[in-house]
Amino acid sequence: MAKRIDVKDLDIYYGSFRAVEGVTMSIEPRSITALIGPSGCGKSTFLRSLNRMHEVIPGARVSGSVILDGQDLYGAGVDPVSVRRHVGMVFQRPNPFPTMSIYENVVAGMRLNGRGTRKAAMDEVVEGALQGANLWNEVKDRLDRPGSSLSGGQQQRLCIARAIAVKPDVLLMDEPCSALDPISTLAIEDLMDQLKKDYTIVIVTHNMQQAARVSDRTGFFNIAGTGQPGKLIEMDETSTMFSTPSNQATEDYISGRFG
Amino acid sequence: MTTPATTQVGGPLDQGPPAEPRIGSRNRTGDKIFSGTATAAGITILVTLAGIAAFLLYEGFPALVAAPEDVPGGEGFWPYVQPLLFGTVLAAVIALIIAAPLSIGIALFISHYAPRKIAAPLGYLVDLLAAVPSVVYGLWGIFFLAPQLVPVFQWLENTLGFLPFFEGPTSATGRTMLTAGIVLAVMILPIMSGVNREVFLQTPRLQEEAALALGATRSEMIRMTVLPFARSGMVSGAMLGLGRALGETLAVALVLSPAAVISFNLIGSTNSSTIAANIALNFPESSGLAVNTLIATGLVLFTLTFVVNFIARAVVARRKDFSGANA
Ligand SMILES: Nc1ncnc2c1ncn2[C@@H]1O[C@H](COP(=O)(O)OP(=O)(O)OP(=O)(O)O)[C@@H](O)[C@H]1O
Ligand SMILES: [Mg+2]
Repeated sequence: MAKRIDVKDLDIYYGSFRAVEGVTMSIEPRSITALIGPSGCGKSTFLRSLNRMHEVIPGARVSGSVILDGQDLYGAGVDPVSVRRHVGMVFQRPNPFPTMSIYENVVAGMRLNGRGTRKAAMDEVVEGALQGANLWNEVKDRLDRPGSSLSGGQQQRLCIARAIAVKPDVLLMDEPCSALDPISTLAIEDLMDQLKKDYTIVIVTHNMQQAARVSDRTGFFNIAGTGQPGKLIEMDETSTMFSTPSNQATEDYISGRFG
Repeated sequence: MTTPATTQVGGPLDQGPPAEPRIGSRNRTGDKIFSGTATAAGITILVTLAGIAAFLLYEGFPALVAAPEDVPGGEGFWPYVQPLLFGTVLAAVIALIIAAPLSIGIALFISHYAPRKIAAPLGYLVDLLAAVPSVVYGLWGIFFLAPQLVPVFQWLENTLGFLPFFEGPTSATGRTMLTAGIVLAVMILPIMSGVNREVFLQTPRLQEEAALALGATRSEMIRMTVLPFARSGMVSGAMLGLGRALGETLAVALVLSPAAVISFNLIGSTNSSTIAANIALNFPESSGLAVNTLIATGLVLFTLTFVVNFIARAVVARRKDFSGANA
């Protein structure tokens, strides 16, 4: 069940430092939205505010609203835990649980909150999720080995499998391919293409080609200088962004003139 | 208590014939000083341990081979040490059973639940408690805790009297094995809490975030990441506590009025003493073979500590592949 996200006037803070300012954007369901921009402009920060992971950092807070299919994620009485069950996330650095086996890693999310499932059903989910993450063939004979016994790229695909195993409404990915080889990267991109039939996907990437290849819409973030807040400069159809952006800074960034 | 089997000083490059130092020089002085110091420190520990073991063996040996009637108690060394060994283990186990869950709770509260403003001072307070000398705990045990516990013991006897532990008759003074165990538990609580808190705080942030991002509540996150990651550290903390409890002298000597019995009755007035307390109580008046006997009991305690440590290490090593250290 893909859902749309409407962000309105979002300011994001680390303590008194405003890292991101005044973001208003719409994220369409059943599509891939790419976020690009130079390092430190607040892409990760913004992404983490979409599943309320931002606030787990001490002193971090947000003002504004993020509306998921009509419900404000930052509204009064909304439980961040249940937000995160609906909005899954894959991190920049692979982080499988080292104390769990590959199998346990994939079902970790399903087991939460006593949502235990029958073994047969879990086996099915594990196979489906691992196949979805293009990892099944490599690990099917050693599902009981620790997740940390995999290579970095395999670990990242395990993390993707873990995130999609719980069937979230939205999937956030922060540079999910930065630790992967080109073949795994392509596999993940294919996977995203499949997943977008059912999910809303937001991906942060430093790879322009990747943004151009996979995404339907692209948002460009930028900062005026260090210590300044990052801002959403422009957002449009990916094809428009990469051919005829309306903002000069976007054009400069995309054509590699800075950043 | 890891033993560095062989300490390779220079690494594989040191083997083979010395080649011309064309690509850089291998003369890393700082490196050599550092590894030399570390090796020396390691060797010092081993030599010290070996020295202690040799001393205990040498001085304790006469008691081990002496005629039974010459050993204090008149029945030989093993009958002499058995109740003491029993008392030592019993008191330490009671202490550990009480202190382990409590220390995990305290440490988790400080590391993951308390607001930061409260957590830091609370942490200092716990560290401070660890430095309180054991005689203070012993006195507290006698004068405050023991009398307070008498009604509790009575209640235990009345309701749980069918268990051998609470058989009764209840001690009128409250100075029982259970009191000693509780005093020991309070004594080892700070050090165990401190160690646990430190290892809990070292859980990689990325791991915790992985759990939270999956929709884990705080307690689920702790169960998924913090506790498994801290496993070996928690065992180390428990070993530190257990070591202190096994070897504790004053607190036990003050609280217990000992008898040479083996009894599981934790609330009665006849209690077995512990090895350490027994040495402390009897050493001043002993001479000749009695001294050897006491030293031999020390050897038993030394061995016991080793065995406990080995078991603990084995427990930790069993799932080494899955330990957080591989992250
Ligand atoms: N935990 C934190 N505490 C304080 N400031 C932070 C924290 N994390 C990030 N920042 C600051 O917030 C700003 C945005 O950082 P963010 O990580 O979102 O950038 P980014 O666009 O994801 O960069 P990159 O492309 O390098 O990943 C930066 O100025 C950064 O220094
Ligand atoms: Mg980032």
